[in-house]
This record gives sequence, structure tokens and C-alpha cells, in this order.
Amino acid sequence: MLLQETVHPLAETAARFVWWLPTLPLIGFVINGLLSLQAATKLGPADPSADADHAHAGHGAHAHDAHDAHAHDAHAHDAHDAHPPRHRYAAITSIIGPGVLIASFVLALAMFFAMRGVEADAPFVSRLFSWMPVGDFKLDAALQLDALSMVMVLVITGIGSLIHVFSVGYMQDDPGYPRYFAYLNLFVFFMLLLVLGANYVVTFVGWEGVGLCSYLLIGFWFSEQANADAGKKAFVVNRIGDFGFMVAMFLLFAHLGTLDYTAIAANAGTLEPGGAVVTAICLFLFIGCTGKSAQIPLFTWLPDAMAGPTPVSALIHAATMVTAGVFLIARSSVLFSLAPVASLTVALVGGLTAIFAASIGLKQWDIKKVLAYSTVSQLGYMFIGVGVGAYTAGVFHLVTHAFFKALLFLGSGSVIFAMHRAYHATHNHGDDAQDMRNMGGLKAMMPVTWTLLWIATLAIAGVPPFSGFFSKDEILSAAYSRAHESTLADASLLGMSGSTVLYLVWILGLASALITAIYMTRMMLYTFHGPNRTDEKSRPHLAEAPWVMTGPLVVLGVLSLFGGWLNLPEVITHMVPLGPAETLEHWLEPVVGEATARVSGGAAHVAVSTEQMLIAGAIVIAIAGIAIAKARLKPEALLTKDASEPSRGFERILERKWYVDEIYDALVVRPIHALSRSVLWKGVDVGLIDTLGANGSAAVTRFAGWIGSQLQTGRVGTYAWLLVIGAVVVLRAFTAGN
Amino acid sequence: MLVESLTLSAALFTIGVIGVLTRRNAIIVFMCVELMLNAVNLSFVALSKLYGATGQVFVIFVMTVAAAEAAVGLAIIIAIFRHKKSVNLQDINLLRG
Repeated sequence: MLLQETVHPLAETAARFVWWLPTLPLIGFVINGLLSLQAATKLGPADPSADADHAHAGHGAHAHDAHDAHAHDAHAHDAHDAHPPRHRYAAITSIIGPGVLIASFVLALAMFFAMRGVEADAPFVSRLFSWMPVGDFKLDAALQLDALSMVMVLVITGIGSLIHVFSVGYMQDDPGYPRYFAYLNLFVFFMLLLVLGANYVVTFVGWEGVGLCSYLLIGFWFSEQANADAGKKAFVVNRIGDFGFMVAMFLLFAHLGTLDYTAIAANAGTLEPGGAVVTAICLFLFIGCTGKSAQIPLFTWLPDAMAGPTPVSALIHAATMVTAGVFLIARSSVLFSLAPVASLTVALVGGLTAIFAASIGLKQWDIKKVLAYSTVSQLGYMFIGVGVGAYTAGVFHLVTHAFFKALLFLGSGSVIFAMHRAYHATHNHGDDAQDMRNMGGLKAMMPVTWTLLWIATLAIAGVPPFSGFFSKDEILSAAYSRAHESTLADASLLGMSGSTVLYLVWILGLASALITAIYMTRMMLYTFHGPNRTDEKSRPHLAEAPWVMTGPLVVLGVLSLFGGWLNLPEVITHMVPLGPAETLEHWLEPVVGEATARVSGGAAHVAVSTEQMLIAGAIVIAIAGIAIAKARLKPEALLTKDASEPSRGFERILERKWYVDEIYDALVVRPIHALSRSVLWKGVDVGLIDTLGANGSAAVTRFAGWIGSQLQTGRVGTYAWLLVIGAVVVLRAFTAGN
Repeated sequence: MLVESLTLSAALFTIGVIGVLTRRNAIIVFMCVELMLNAVNLSFVALSKLYGATGQVFVIFVMTVAAAEAAVGLAIIIAIFRHKKSVNLQDINLLRG
């Protein structure tokens, strides 16, 4: 076995340092964490956290985002001009936090160019050490570098670097500055472990680790109950999904005897195609994905996760962690291509989630909540992609979404930052800085953010030539062509033929594309257009964020604009010579090519004319969505909360998010509470364990002790009697033999 | 002769044991203990005819220890009497837990 192993062509290149990719952020975590602990144990006079001004941090519904602004001197009215006290270690953290990420990104780039230089179909596996050698079962702590993990690593470290730099500005006055960067670095470490793992277990370690960091960062401002609760909710809901992931691993091990990706890809042929085993494995994996990637029915944690700092929402809850589910399915594409029923389920759940979340996004007022539901909806798109067996399309949308959604979140962060500064300067603590009804007309004050957010909006709405158009169109045309002819179309799900399911998914995708265009335009109109609705006093304080924040936005803007060039469809390059077609498709060919071909059955594309029709339809839908929103939301229709009437009927249902949280509360949370209280607490704990176990054994011991105590009378006579009796017994015993 | 001596010794020892077990008065219990000691002494002396003088030497030891024990024991009884105005063993139960 060992003798047959030839040296991988990448082993001589930068790729042999692959373990440095996650190690660098880990070093950053250790340093920043130690600085944070050091500052926490020894408060200095210059330390913002020792500052009494922070006692008033925490009023208003969304004061969590206010901390940056609250660090200002409360008595200075022109506070935004004064230099607020920064954290003692702010300078060193500002270098190390983003620094390790940029170093990681540079290393990843070196690996990328090394990979382009060599022809290698087999993934490069770097074994660090033997982790769990148990009998026949051998598990290595190993990292796997192939086309798919390379794409993910570039997205994570690249977007991650930009968001780290943005955070330097956004979090500048926060008393927990090094702690924030410590968590953020730790997150990147686990995320890289997730995508680089060479087997399911290493991936699972990363999977759990990013969940932990997500929890820590959602509850970053934990002194407020709502934030701590949101973190807890994310953690608990994710745990339900993790159960699915673990069962899938157990099943894989039971039936294939290995958890290595390469070995599974080689042995997957031994599983019966479409059989119960592979279907069960894939469905359990998908349960894991619904938790991490916020799909129906486990999506409710993601909107609440907006309680964290806005850059965290951009990095974890939009660009990277939540796409882990899509990555996992692409990584397991060999298995999913063997399980049409599971794939159809993935596509259907993705389609339903896409339209469901998009419909909620129509009536949200919190700018971050709009983006949160938009993320859930776009993740649904990615699942349509990987569900219909167009794994490249799913990963492509993952990448472009990382570009434009990170831009949208950071842009909204920039807006919130400006709003908070303005409100803080005028001591306005009554108005919500994240409510779009309090914004409006920001175009004049924040031209850079305005321009870049429009780019992102056009990208997500699917207007050519922005990146989202290409990726979304590829997913939709894949769904349509697979419905036409594929192994999925021949299968059936819930009594419907696969073809019907896929046409349904395609229609759901088209409908949510329309809704996406509407709610994104609505968000832009409310935020940047029409008259300004901020109060008179605060208005002059509204201003563009510093360059350390707008700089990353510009880079993301360029990526959102040109991200589509990663994978231009052939049908377009034939008409307009934009550049090489299907670059990403060729790049990912070694990883997902076989699985894609198995699903599509060779018929990769529908007729060119049909494809042109589909593209034209997508463009019309995107533009129609924007036009509808513009027509319905005239400048005079944009009102503050007090001025507008409360919503009624269906609008109210959307505003209250289809009452999903309330339904879950009634169906799951309350029954569990009741069960825990009446049966587990009063019955099992108090009744069984306390009465029989704890108090019962105590009573038995006390009774035995009482019997013993009765022997001790204190009378010499009794003892003499016992002595004599004992002597006689001993004598008798000694003489018994005679 | 040996048989008679040992029989007497056993009888004296039994009387002593019964006295220790049944009597309430500390002085009488004490006398009974002395009786048991002397019963043992008698056995030693009688058996020395068979096993040599070692038994006779032991008797001297026992008598010495008995004298010392008598002194200590009587002193304790007097101390108890001063404290409780009684030498009845039923009244002495300070060891009760």
C-alpha cells in the first residue's frame, strides 16, 4: 500500500505548508486572547472598560450595535470629533488580528498558483499525525487540498481579510476589542479546518468549532439578555443539525468502514445506487446542513444571529459559515449523486426556503433583518444548485454570494455606524439606528456606501453583468435542464415524479428571484433615497465612515461586479466575447465532475435557444422586480414608523415572519418545557432520583448506623458479657477440631 | 493430684466470671477479677509439675501485676465513689455514645 503511493506533484510546492493556513489564525487567536485576558485582569485608568460612561451602554432595542459609539465621552456634544479612549491593546490587536488573515490569504494565493501550475487530478492530502488508530479503523488528522477546498480557502481568507480590516474601523471603540479579534481569528481557524479536512471527522471538528465561535460572537455583547439568548438559540438549533451529521458519519463508517473523502470516493460504487443506505446517509447529512446553513425547518436562528456585531454577520452569517452546508454537499457529491431522492429533497427544501425567506424579507424594517432573510433565501438557491446535481453552480453562487452579501452587510454596517454616531452625538437614545424607517436620503451623506450597495443590490437581484446574475442563472437553468432530463427526473419524491419536483423548484426559484429584486430595491429606497427621516438634530452628524471601512467595501464592490467572470456560461460567451467560459466548471471538474455527469446522464444542457429564453426571462424578472418596488415605493410613501399605519392582513403575517417562531415555541419549546417540568423534574429527578437514590440510600445508612449504635450501652456489664461470649466462641472455634 | 488442682482452678475461675458478670457492686466485681487471676495462678503452679518452673515464675509476675492493678483499680473506684456517691456499675455509663 505504502509502496504504491507516488509523490503527489503538489508535495514539492507551497502546498506542503497547507497546515500553516489554519495555524496562522490560531496564533492570532492565542495572542489576541491573551491580550484580552491580560486587559481584563488588570484594569488600567486608560482602559475603556473601566470607564463609567459604559454604565449607560444598553438602552434602546438595538443598543448592541451602539457600543462603538458609546465609548465617546458622554458630555462632549461634538463627540464624533473628539478622540474616544481606545482599548489599551488596540494598536497591537489591529496589526495581529487582520495581519494573520492576510498572511494566510497570501499563502493561499501561493498554493493556488502552485495548483494551477501542476496537473493533478487526485487531491493532495497532507497527513499531520495519526489521530485515532482503533483496530481496523484508522483516522488521521489530515488536511486535503483540492480544487474545491482551494476555492473555499480563497473565499474564507480573502473575504475574511477584508472583513477583519473593516472591523478595525467598526469596532474601534469597543471595550472588548482584542476579545473580538480573538474570536474572529478562532472562527477562521475552525472554518479552514472545516474546508480543509481530509475526512468527515476533521470537518466535523471544524463544523462544531465554527458553531462555537458563532455562539461566542452572536453573544459578543452578552450583557444584554436578548443577545445572549440569540447566541444560545443558534447553538441549540445547530445542535439538532449536528445530530444528523453524526448519524450520517456512523452510517458511513458502518457501511464503508472509512471516513476519508478519498476512500469514500473510491468505494462509493459499492453502495447500491438509490438504495436505502446511501439515501439515509445523504438525508442525515442534509439535516446537518439545514442546521448550519439555516434551511427549513432549522432557519430560525439566523435572523436572530444578527444580534452580533455587523462584520460578524458579514463573515460568519453570510459569507462563510452558513455556506458550510453547501460545501458539505459538494464535498459529498459522490454520495448525493447516488441518492436521487435525497438530492430531490435538498433541491425542494432549498426552493421552499428561498421563497419563504424572501417573502419575509419583504416586510422587515431592521436593515440587518432584511439581509438575514435574504441570506437564508440565497442559501436556498445554493441548495437548489447542489440538489439538482449542478455542484459547480452551487459553489459558484456560494462564491458570488460571499462577495455581494459581505458587501451588503458591511455596507449596512457602515450605515448603522453612521446612524449610531449621529444619534450618540445628539443623545438620541429613543430611535432605532437599524430601522430603515429612520433613514432615507443617505445617498447625499454617504455616496461611497450608496454606490457600492447599489452594485451589490443589482448583483443579488440578478441584473447582468453583475456577479449574481451569472450564478443565479446557472442554478435556474440547471434546475430546468435537470427537470427535462436527468437521473433525478426519473426518480420520485413523495409520490411526485422527479421531473415535477424539479419544475416546481425552478418556478420557486424564479418567483424568489422576483421577490429578491423587490425587497432589495425596497431596502435601498428606504435607506438611501427619498427625504431623510432622521430627526433634525441628528441629521448634520450623518457622515461617511472612515476609509479603513470603505476600503474593503470598494474591493468587495469590484468583486461583486466582476465575480461572474469566474464562470461565464458558454451560451453568453458565444454571443458576446467576454472571456473564457466555464472557468470554475473546469477548475472543479476533478472533484465534482464525475458526480455531475452521473446526475445529468450526459445531457448537460438544454437546447441553446431554450437557454437563451431562460436567460432573457431571468433578466426580465430582475428588472421587473426593481421596477415594481420603485413604482410602489414613491418617495412620499416612505414614512417613519410613527407616521405609517400598522400593517394588516397578509402584510402583517409577513412582518411577523409567518409566526414561525411562535409556532415552534408552541409545538416544540413549550412541550419540552412542560415535559421537563412535570416528568423529568418533578417525576424523575424529585421522585425517583431524590427519593430513592439520594434520600433513600441515606435512610438505609442511617438505619444501619442506628442498629450499631444500640450496641454501645456504656455499661461495663454489657461489655463484659460480650467479652465472655466472644471468648467462648473463640475457644469453641479453636477446639472444634478436637 | 493434677486433675483435682485443675478442677479447683476451673471452679474458681467460673465463680469469678459469674461474679464479674452478675454483680453490680464494683468492689465485688473487682474481687471476682482477683479470684480469676488466682485461679489461673493455681493452674500455672499445678502444671509446672509437668512443664518445669516457667509456670511458677509466671505466677510471681501475675501476683506483681495483680498488686499494681489492685492499687490502680481501687483508686479508680474511690474516685468514682467521690464523684457519684455510688459504686454501682449500673450508674457508671459515661462511655455511652
